[in-house]
Amino acid sequence: MCLGIPMKVVKIEENLGIVETGGVKRRIFLDLIDDVKEGDYVIVHAGYAIHRIDEKEAQENLDLIRQYLSATELS
Amino acid sequence: MKHIDEYRDEKVISGMASTISRRKAAKPLKFMHVCGTHENAIARFGLRALLPEWIRIIAGPGCPVCICPTEDIDLASQIALEKKAAIVTFGDMMKVPATDGSLFDVKSSGGKIHVVYSPSDAVSMARENPYEEICFFGVGFETTAAPVAAAILSRPPDNFSMISSHRIIPPALELLLNRDDVAIDGFILPGHVTTVMGYSEYEDFPKKYGKGVAIAGFEPADVLLAILNLVEQVIEKDYKVFNCYRRSVTREGNRLAREAIQNVFEISDSRWRGIGIIKNSGLKLRTEFQKYDAVKKFQLRKEKESIDLNPGCLCHLIMIGKIEPPECPMFGKRCTPEFPYGPCMVSSEGTCRLHHGL
Repeated sequence: MCLGIPMKVVKIEENLGIVETGGVKRRIFLDLIDDVKEGDYVIVHAGYAIHRIDEKEAQENLDLIRQYLSATELS
Repeated sequence: MKHIDEYRDEKVISGMASTISRRKAAKPLKFMHVCGTHENAIARFGLRALLPEWIRIIAGPGCPVCICPTEDIDLASQIALEKKAAIVTFGDMMKVPATDGSLFDVKSSGGKIHVVYSPSDAVSMARENPYEEICFFGVGFETTAAPVAAAILSRPPDNFSMISSHRIIPPALELLLNRDDVAIDGFILPGHVTTVMGYSEYEDFPKKYGKGVAIAGFEPADVLLAILNLVEQVIEKDYKVFNCYRRSVTREGNRLAREAIQNVFEISDSRWRGIGIIKNSGLKLRTEFQKYDAVKKFQLRKEKESIDLNPGCLCHLIMIGKIEPPECPMFGKRCTPEFPYGPCMVSSEGTCRLHHGL
């Protein structure tokens, strides 16, 4: 049920979107998220996007990994 | 691929694994995750082999297919066979053993069973086949309940109904935390359940139970980061809810998804297969959506008691993390992915299935 991977939104028509990852395309519903546009990455579950990945949050996540690693390596 | 490759970086993974190995807690540690997709990631990327022997990662009741009570599968079978309605469900439900066999057996006996990827597919089937009764058998946690709620809010036609076997995670964790026989040093929270619901519900846990909680995504770096953080929490004796999955999870969660769940469902006491009834752990349709309730629509009479576990099956102990799959005498012998004897051997999210090999 849960793919758990982010997919890129390549097309939007009202509450429907086409998402793509690794060449696989799928039609999904966008009823459960706001402000999505073509080019965004979303997390899909059971045919519905449940989260739009915000660039700032994504960067924060990577920074967390780097900071955490360097901090614990020093201790 | 963006948002994936960064979390599979070999240097990051080995760096994290060696950082974890260099830390030393005063005692061996046992962390529990509550998500079939976590168990899948741990098995697929061989993460247990990267961890020092003093850390054990065990699976809790996080596979929705495994914890779905037999009585609900029996009900679906009865609807298909006696009422000649089409049961529409997720593929993982097909082979799950129930009292008189699985849904796959029902299909072999002439019952109409269809597999879909999304609850919206079941609604489309009802619209496209107005003279046929379509009954969606919905299983899953908060992450699945949200799409199901959205599908119900699209106002399916009158020939659509559903069995709601949805469960919510926090009451199950509290149950485990209150048991003396399941000693857990911290929880790895399910990333997508928390994406939907946020993590405010867990904020009492660290103080109340003295356990760390880390929210993890599903890539190897995500899972290792959560483990590293939990080890730190134990060493520092500073327990909190730590969000390791910031690209998907916020404290408040997904407002629209939460509202959809709240508008369609209300909380109920519900049975978890092999565990029993957990107070306030299920979701049933609200009064205004009762016309979609398959139990009411088909007025079925229960003819006999449902049997959750076959004799000798130890899935109930596996689901609460008390034993691991190889400790079950059935594992890999009488119980295999081809011929599952217990529910944990069926789904690609099931602990036994994943221990047995993908």
